[in-house]
Amino acid sequence: MSEALPEFDLARPATVEEAVAARAGAGDARYLAGGTDLVVNMRRGIVAADRLIDLTGIAELDRLDLDGGGTVIGAGVKLAAVAENAEIGARYPAVAEAAAVIAGPQHRKMGTVGGNLCLDTRCVYYNQSEWWRRANDYCLKYRGNVCHVAPGGDRCWAPFSGDLAPALLIHGAEIEIAGADDRRRMALSDLYTDDGADHLTLGDGELVVAVHLPADNWRSAYDKIRVRDSIDFPLAGVAVGLKERATGGPELRIALTGTDSRPVLVDGIAEALADGFDDSTFPAIEKRLKKQVQPMSTTTLNAPYRRTAAAVVAKRLIARLVG
Amino acid sequence: MARIVRLKVNGRARSDAIPDNRLLVDYLRESLRLTGTKMGCDGGECGACTVLVDGEPQLSCLTLAASVDGAEIETVEGLAVNGRLNALQRAFHEKLGSQCGFCTPGMIMSAEGLLRRKSAPDEADIRAALSGNICRCTGYVKIIEAVDAAAAALRGQPA
Repeated sequence: MSEALPEFDLARPATVEEAVAARAGAGDARYLAGGTDLVVNMRRGIVAADRLIDLTGIAELDRLDLDGGGTVIGAGVKLAAVAENAEIGARYPAVAEAAAVIAGPQHRKMGTVGGNLCLDTRCVYYNQSEWWRRANDYCLKYRGNVCHVAPGGDRCWAPFSGDLAPALLIHGAEIEIAGADDRRRMALSDLYTDDGADHLTLGDGELVVAVHLPADNWRSAYDKIRVRDSIDFPLAGVAVGLKERATGGPELRIALTGTDSRPVLVDGIAEALADGFDDSTFPAIEKRLKKQVQPMSTTTLNAPYRRTAAAVVAKRLIARLVG
Repeated sequence: MARIVRLKVNGRARSDAIPDNRLLVDYLRESLRLTGTKMGCDGGECGACTVLVDGEPQLSCLTLAASVDGAEIETVEGLAVNGRLNALQRAFHEKLGSQCGFCTPGMIMSAEGLLRRKSAPDEADIRAALSGNICRCTGYVKIIEAVDAAAAALRGQPA
């Protein structure tokens, strides 16, 4: 029979160290977790690999440490487990809310935290069949020379659409990364760059092994717009965090996904809130939000709508949190 | 490359040489001739290929057979006992939950996963559990009624 996937060699390591070693020295190797993004893209012919390193047998990646002050969520923890964990829901509501609405129920049983953070960017010119892309001379992200979304430019505008990242950014998450020689930790925001063709800053063979969340007292919420309320990727997703302070009024954070090639933590919110909440607060926040996101014509819904809708979702979430 | 993969499929232990790049759906349909599991969208969007992997509904079109080595797989063929349809299959038949039938095996496996977790689901539970399965015929109303009727039958209540 003909296989749906091209030939590759599958490694099934039992430890993170074995996984990293299996990646080193392999030509075009990829880590495989739930497969809900990677396998689709391999079937579409937009991602090629001659070795897949299956991470599902690595016990360390399934760790979920809620005992200490902070929280550690292994990169292999399933999205459904995050959504259903009452303690995560209590400490980091936006994280659980985001996990609960990723794709459909089957995807959440398969997909992982690390996979959602490292999701490929998406675009109507990229997530297509081989014959469709060939008929359009391919695109800048794969095999082509021109970004059909912005033909005059020199970059790819495919947006990142992982739901967990904005929620984790609100809560100041760090990620733990394993490389060939050592482990390192960095702010989650440093995982991303604003280039749709190369949006992750991971070094060659590096693997995200866990998310570290500090103990905090941010209240938070997540919501998004999409064409259908299940399965679809977000056209714009918004996480909002609110923290009451002893003096100086509340502190607010807003982060977005689905609009840019990286998740965006909106700047300048503190200034907009300098005098606390009043009638002028939201217009000031909306102005900053709309200025800092750059949705392009990468989806079936037009870019101005997504920018406007993102601001509306943010406003609703702020109203919910402020109460 | 191929490797020996040990799986339990519909209660029967198997040990087969499976190529690394073979998808679970192709293993079930082509190697085992269990063609009840359907391939709808080819990309994890429709739910027609849903099977139970260790009791959880998952998409066999996005799963490598080799990566579920050691797991218990259940397909729609495994639900009937001694030729008798199980409660969900019977309810889909009696409540007209199936029209063209192509999405039905995936719907039933998602619903089976739900009923094992929750014996008395409300409509919101049923809708949530089936939200990863697409049907182009029924408009979903009869499907939801069928799952509700099956749950009632399993609890020993009249539908």
